[in-house]
Amino acid sequence: MRDFQFHRASSVADAVAKLRAAPSGKLLAGGHSLLPVLKLDMAAPSDLISIADLPELSGIVVENRELVIGAGTRHAEVATSSIVRQAIPGLAALASHIGDAQVRNRGTLGGSLAHADPSADYPAAILALGATVVTDRRRIAADAFFTGLFETALASDEIITSVRFPIPTVCAYAKFASHASKYALVGVMVAKAGNGVRVGVTGAGACAFRLPAFEAALSAHFSPAALSSLPVSTDNLNDTVEASAAYRAHLMTVMAGRAVAACLSVA
Amino acid sequence: MTIAAQSPPKVVGTAVLRKEDRRFLTGVGRYTDDIQLPGLLHGVVLRSPHAHAKIVSIDVRAAAAAPGVLAVYTGQDVAKDKVGGLPCGWLLKNKDGSPMVEPPHPILVADVVRHVGDQVAFVVAETREKAKAAMQLIEVEYETLPAVASATKARQPGAAQVWPQAPGNLCYDWELGDRAAVAAAKQRAHKVIEIEVYNNRVIPNAMEPRSAIGHYEPGTDSYTLYTSSQNPHLIRLLMGAFVLGLPEHKLRVFAPDVGGGFGSKIYHYAEEALVVWASRKLRRPIKWTAERSEAFMSDAHGRDMTMRAELSVDKDGRFLGLYVHNTANMGAYLSTFAPAIPTYLSATLMSGCYTTPAIHVEVKAVFTHTVPVDAYRGAGRPEAAYLLERLVDKAARELGMDRLEIRRKNFITQFPYKTPVALEYDTGDYHATLDMALRAGDYAGYPARKAESQARGKLRGIGFSTYVEACGIAPSALVGQLGARAALYEAATVRVHPTGSVTVMTGTHSHGQGHETTFAQLLADQLGLSVDQIEVVHGDTAKIPFGMGTYGSRSLAVGGSAIVKAADKIIAKGKKIAAHLLEAAEADIEFQHGKFSVVGTNRSKTFGEIAFAAYVPHNYPIETVEPGLEESAFYDPKNFTYPAGCHLIEVEIDPQTGVVRVDRVIAADDVGTIINPMIVDGQMHGGLAQGIGQALYEECLYDDSAQLLTGSYLNYTMPRAADFPSFWVGNHVTSCMHNPIGAKGVGEVGAIGVPPAVINAVLDALAPLGVTDIDMPATPEKVWRALSAQPATQAAR
Repeated sequence: MRDFQFHRASSVADAVAKLRAAPSGKLLAGGHSLLPVLKLDMAAPSDLISIADLPELSGIVVENRELVIGAGTRHAEVATSSIVRQAIPGLAALASHIGDAQVRNRGTLGGSLAHADPSADYPAAILALGATVVTDRRRIAADAFFTGLFETALASDEIITSVRFPIPTVCAYAKFASHASKYALVGVMVAKAGNGVRVGVTGAGACAFRLPAFEAALSAHFSPAALSSLPVSTDNLNDTVEASAAYRAHLMTVMAGRAVAACLSVA
Repeated sequence: MTIAAQSPPKVVGTAVLRKEDRRFLTGVGRYTDDIQLPGLLHGVVLRSPHAHAKIVSIDVRAAAAAPGVLAVYTGQDVAKDKVGGLPCGWLLKNKDGSPMVEPPHPILVADVVRHVGDQVAFVVAETREKAKAAMQLIEVEYETLPAVASATKARQPGAAQVWPQAPGNLCYDWELGDRAAVAAAKQRAHKVIEIEVYNNRVIPNAMEPRSAIGHYEPGTDSYTLYTSSQNPHLIRLLMGAFVLGLPEHKLRVFAPDVGGGFGSKIYHYAEEALVVWASRKLRRPIKWTAERSEAFMSDAHGRDMTMRAELSVDKDGRFLGLYVHNTANMGAYLSTFAPAIPTYLSATLMSGCYTTPAIHVEVKAVFTHTVPVDAYRGAGRPEAAYLLERLVDKAARELGMDRLEIRRKNFITQFPYKTPVALEYDTGDYHATLDMALRAGDYAGYPARKAESQARGKLRGIGFSTYVEACGIAPSALVGQLGARAALYEAATVRVHPTGSVTVMTGTHSHGQGHETTFAQLLADQLGLSVDQIEVVHGDTAKIPFGMGTYGSRSLAVGGSAIVKAADKIIAKGKKIAAHLLEAAEADIEFQHGKFSVVGTNRSKTFGEIAFAAYVPHNYPIETVEPGLEESAFYDPKNFTYPAGCHLIEVEIDPQTGVVRVDRVIAADDVGTIINPMIVDGQMHGGLAQGIGQALYEECLYDDSAQLLTGSYLNYTMPRAADFPSFWVGNHVTSCMHNPIGAKGVGEVGAIGVPPAVINAVLDALAPLGVTDIDMPATPEKVWRALSAQPATQAAR
């Protein structure tokens, strides 16, 4: 790890100012994605600007049929929040299986989304739930947020402040994790709402994506059987030593079916 | 002053808590990297990113000028100083009597790098961070060359060549057994069962990464190497005599607390020689500690053998003959023990626990552009057990016989038993351990469990392995005939202090095995002391007699026997002293429960009183007996020891995802006499976890250009506690006939016996769906491919 300047931002505006002033600054929230990268010398930012524990980034509330979670909220808080568990229990369940206890106690919702790891869990959720990412300057629809491998629609000095999740009728997440890393090889969030079914997939491609064919089939008939004969293309799927594209395609059907079954079991 | 007066209760066979755990569990163990010395410098190794490349040029000027840097060394500096290469400890001969190809193994490469991780330069700086920053300023121009990772591919015409002196990448072509007898057996066979299996390459992953400190002291012109090693004397011999040319009396090697080895810390590594060599040049101590990612590409790997076999059977399922062909991957260089693993530690085990009368084994050892391969927990014996136990299951299937019946029909029951592949088993009871496993595993209840799994949409399978192994390494004269360049006896010194407490110096080395407790228990009963009165010292060549270290499950059977022999000498001398003090004839003195007594009288002296008399010889037989009470013994075993047993595994498979869940682990073993059952159980648990890890999770993969694909824990899957049910381990003991303890060895038993049981269980579960073969590790994707008849992805083999 190389030397860097450390700053603690006093507000979101202060963090943006410090980020703009640094030659190559990085925001530090929970640090559980950034610090390993620094330790491996895979990045060497000049400045780290801590936004951990900023009051502007905290809070979990329900407003107008939307669950609003501050970007600085740690995974463990999402997993255990009575508000989240009541509003979108499937989201609390997803958060309870991110990484391990250490990661959940440090990692944040906003940090995970901004980092946009292709196998992170939250991206599947914001796509399936049709969430809105709120930043210091605008609102970004989930469908427009992920743009590629570790790439998002965020500007280089833009900070996520909260995420607004429309409350669905029911949703569930099914993850098939790498046995080595525990990251999702394929994670599928299925959400059923008044306006239909949305399916978000993480781990399988360069970034999280939706599955329109699954959504159409499940909107017509909400059952695992609706998926069983749907062909799944391996185009653009990750093909790695951990899992081939063909296996990931197969797992998308299996995990989506399990998520649907989980939805049906609570409904 | 206290003098032990009463003999404490016997402790052999009881679960004495491990003495060493107090320091380990409270975080005050002292590992090599914990050692701080005045003026300590830090070294880092620049490693090759290429599998095979010519070093066209190397420019270290910017690195040498970087802040805090004292020196940057390259292969040219090493060559200029005439530093020797790392020697191989075994010289094998080809079938035609010619010697194997033994390529040079420089501690820094000057001309051609031959695997990813090969060491190219050594940077020494005031801090580790400064050394690492400077390392990134070294400019190496490489000209990449074709590379090959798979041993079978390396044997094909046109394959990339690792060494010009090894055409076809062949290191040696070796055989054992009777080719004609096997051919004759095949002629009269009812059926010939054929199989090909790949034993997957694994990365050892000891919890403590390798670490070394070299310390040259100008005042005494002497050297100390602190190193995370399993055998300090071997390192002293190899590094002193062959690499650096240092006299042994000026070189001390100290392996302090060592956090696991699994074989990977047996060998002499380049970094050990580098820190010592550079310390002399810079006249300051230098520390090097591997990062985890370095460990993946520089610790000797394990396994990587491709075996095919033909088993000739008669119509009743009796084994008539066995032919085995093994293609063994040596990696780019020969690590210290490497040539012996597929041959003397594997081919010799091809009889298993069966009466197969004719066996012929051929081994082709092959160079590839990969990290050197060497002994890893079990070392050759797991590969033999895996082949045989897969083969026996296949024979049962093809003959329509029960898997247990075919085993029982061929079990060896008469001992001693001389196998057709050079070993003589002294004792064993293979039916007894099989029966024990069936009882403990509730085999009778298996159909009900299978039906219950089926009702939940899951596939259940049960698998067995009835293995035998050879450990307690090894009779020196025998291994000398076989090409070993060192001996394999063990040594001990028992030093009795004036008040009767004891320090025992052993040449074996504990890196997790619990010697400080087991050896203390052994001596406590022999000398009538308590465990707390005995301190075990190991790992420091300045303190211990010349011993061969710990590997091959040898420490108790060989090292423990040396301790017993030394203590016998203590007792013999004590009797002479007691005879004088008690005014009796020496022949009338008996030693029991810590007391020297005159037979048939109540006159006696305690062990402590005798010790005191030996060191304060006022009233003493000084004419005939020297003062003091300290004895040494060397023990050279007469034979290997032969632990054996039955491992039973049940798995449940999710047919949708291919995930294999291990549901039942039963290990019924015969490891000989047990000193500490808790430590034996612990060794079994660790070995079983490691063996199941190889069978289901662990796999070192290279791509076709010999790039290491699994270079971190992101994709190299270590087994975790949550992967396992509770293990049942039990023992049916038949004591070893030829050592004074009766011990056989337990360190490797789990890793040897269990992998075939796991795969046999997986295949049993998949058999109704027409699957008859699957390679280790049986990952979810591999199982899914087998079930969905998808073509398998080609593993690097």
